[in-house]
Amino acid sequence: MNRLATCLSLSVLIMFVFSNAILAGDITGAGATFPYPVYAKWAEAYKNETGTGMNYQSIGSGGGIKQIEASTVDFGASDKPLKPEELDKYGLVQFPTVMGGVVPVINLKGISAGGIKLTGPVLASIYLGEITNWNAPEIAKLNPGVKLPEDDITVVHRSDGSGTTFIFTNYLSKVSPTWQKKVGNDASVSWPAGVGGKGNEGVASYVQRIAGSIGYVEYAYALQNKMIYAMLQNREGMFVGPEAKNFAAAAVDADWSNAPGFYMILTDEPGKDSWPITGATFILVRKVQKDAGTGKQVLAFFKWAYEHGDQMAEKLDYIPMPENVVKLIYQEWKKIKGPDSKPLM
Amino acid sequence: MLAEGFKAEAGSRAGSANRAWIGSLFELISGFSAFLVFCLLLSIIATLVVGSYPALKQFHLGFISSDKWNPVTEEFGALVPIVGTLVTSVIAMLIAIPVSFGIALFLTELSPVWFKRPLGTAIELLAAIPSIIYGMWGLFVFAPVFAETVQPWLKAHLGKVALVGMLFQGPPMGIGVLTAGLILAIMVIPYIAAVMRDVFDIVPPKLKESAHAIGCTTWEVVWHIVLPYTRAGVLAGIMLGLGRALGETMAVTFVIGNAHNLHASLFMPGNSIASTLANEFTEAVGDLYTSSLMYLGLLLFLITFVVLAISRLLLSRLGRHEGA
Repeated sequence: MNRLATCLSLSVLIMFVFSNAILAGDITGAGATFPYPVYAKWAEAYKNETGTGMNYQSIGSGGGIKQIEASTVDFGASDKPLKPEELDKYGLVQFPTVMGGVVPVINLKGISAGGIKLTGPVLASIYLGEITNWNAPEIAKLNPGVKLPEDDITVVHRSDGSGTTFIFTNYLSKVSPTWQKKVGNDASVSWPAGVGGKGNEGVASYVQRIAGSIGYVEYAYALQNKMIYAMLQNREGMFVGPEAKNFAAAAVDADWSNAPGFYMILTDEPGKDSWPITGATFILVRKVQKDAGTGKQVLAFFKWAYEHGDQMAEKLDYIPMPENVVKLIYQEWKKIKGPDSKPLM
Repeated sequence: MLAEGFKAEAGSRAGSANRAWIGSLFELISGFSAFLVFCLLLSIIATLVVGSYPALKQFHLGFISSDKWNPVTEEFGALVPIVGTLVTSVIAMLIAIPVSFGIALFLTELSPVWFKRPLGTAIELLAAIPSIIYGMWGLFVFAPVFAETVQPWLKAHLGKVALVGMLFQGPPMGIGVLTAGLILAIMVIPYIAAVMRDVFDIVPPKLKESAHAIGCTTWEVVWHIVLPYTRAGVLAGIMLGLGRALGETMAVTFVIGNAHNLHASLFMPGNSIASTLANEFTEAVGDLYTSSLMYLGLLLFLITFVVLAISRLLLSRLGRHEGA
């Protein structure tokens, strides 16, 4: 029995030594899958430039929040912003990094990209299962001159919890009181109709496979898979398409300075070019850092990303934060303190 | 004589102290491994029970009979995933058992000798394909073909039949509970067929030859000699397949449609316990949501345990019967 205990403790010791050796000097983060490609790209470029690595695990927003609450990582990442009171409760500071848009995509005979126009309330009725056919009068009224097929509508949604779903249902809740009451807004909801695909790729492949279907995916997925998107009516009554400049328009017109803890969801924003289903993705760090050095490294990484990472983000179809918002973020960072209660930045 | 023998043994012992050491190390390691399995099992059960405690406290056993699954209002119930798990597994077994039986029968009784080896290898290779491949194949290849050919046919021919017709309603999407069941059937066939072939092979030729000699047909030999002789093994193979079907995750997630709704129709999307866990665990926020998923995991564990227990019981009964 004694020998057994020695063996066991020895192997545990070896495991610890190894895991620490790998992580030493690098900063660690975990969370949202949506920004993973751009974080990975930034990390690679940053390591080449400074020698400091950044180890990011895309385990999902929920996981990211749990990990930073438990302080097992240096920062967490979430597509769903935490409310100011939640930030206070867990002692966290939150700031946005990049933005993206959510795009309704369809598979309809004879309809090309942007060939069909929808409004928020109609989109909500479709997802509520109230409008079930493509030639319903509500859709026909918005699309005079378009030959709508008589196909049944198959609604496709995400089956996994997702920041994309959070942004999408947030928009539907804002434009449809019925949606707000019956379904609500969260990373996963109780869908009244349709089929669920796992991940953006799951939804994309269902939509491409089922005739008469409608789904929603991240902008990058719609773009890369050349999917047929629908035009949406924004708050000013204009029909807009999903384009980078329209996502940026939504962010510029948003009032970030009056959003404590950057609790801001960019859906249904004012501005005549604004794409109505836009959202940002967020970073969470501890307000009081146990180790000032690590805390500084994390902030230095994101400062570098705001200054040098815009092009890399755009290449991957993300929208960088506007300059005025980045200034506000630097202000917010003054709240982050070391163990001696002195601000890190 | 005796004393000399003892001496010799003692000498060889001293000469191979090295070997004795290796022997005791081996004992230690194998004992430790066995102990580890036991510890793992206990700690998994403990983790599931502790993890699902908040949901157990909130929903009690009503969890099992509730078809609600609403993360927004934090109301959770397991009925839809439980039904999905059981229905897909039943469909899979209904198809897999007769087909596997046919394959094993052909391999052991009917196949020309030169064909036995390639066919047997092909079946073993099927069993080695990772489940995600079945899922991708199911979604990209099987589902579209199924939606265009089989589903419309089923709907046209069986859709109007009383009672049975209920099962074949709705738009043919190619994905849904029926597709999931079919993919599962394809996945478990190699397991069941391989076990059945192996047990059919151990039937003593003397028995079969005697039966043939008194004029039995191949079918009669199989039905009256081979099957009774191998009952336990056949049952074990079926249970192995059922166990895999109940817990299969990725392939089912791809094709079941992942919707938390109860439908009578097998064409409609549903959900299984394993696919719900795969879908929702990473992004589940909040204690009640996470612990409800843990509760689901605990239920899957219980279902698998019950299946195993029933098969053990059947096996021991059969054993007693044969003994008598």
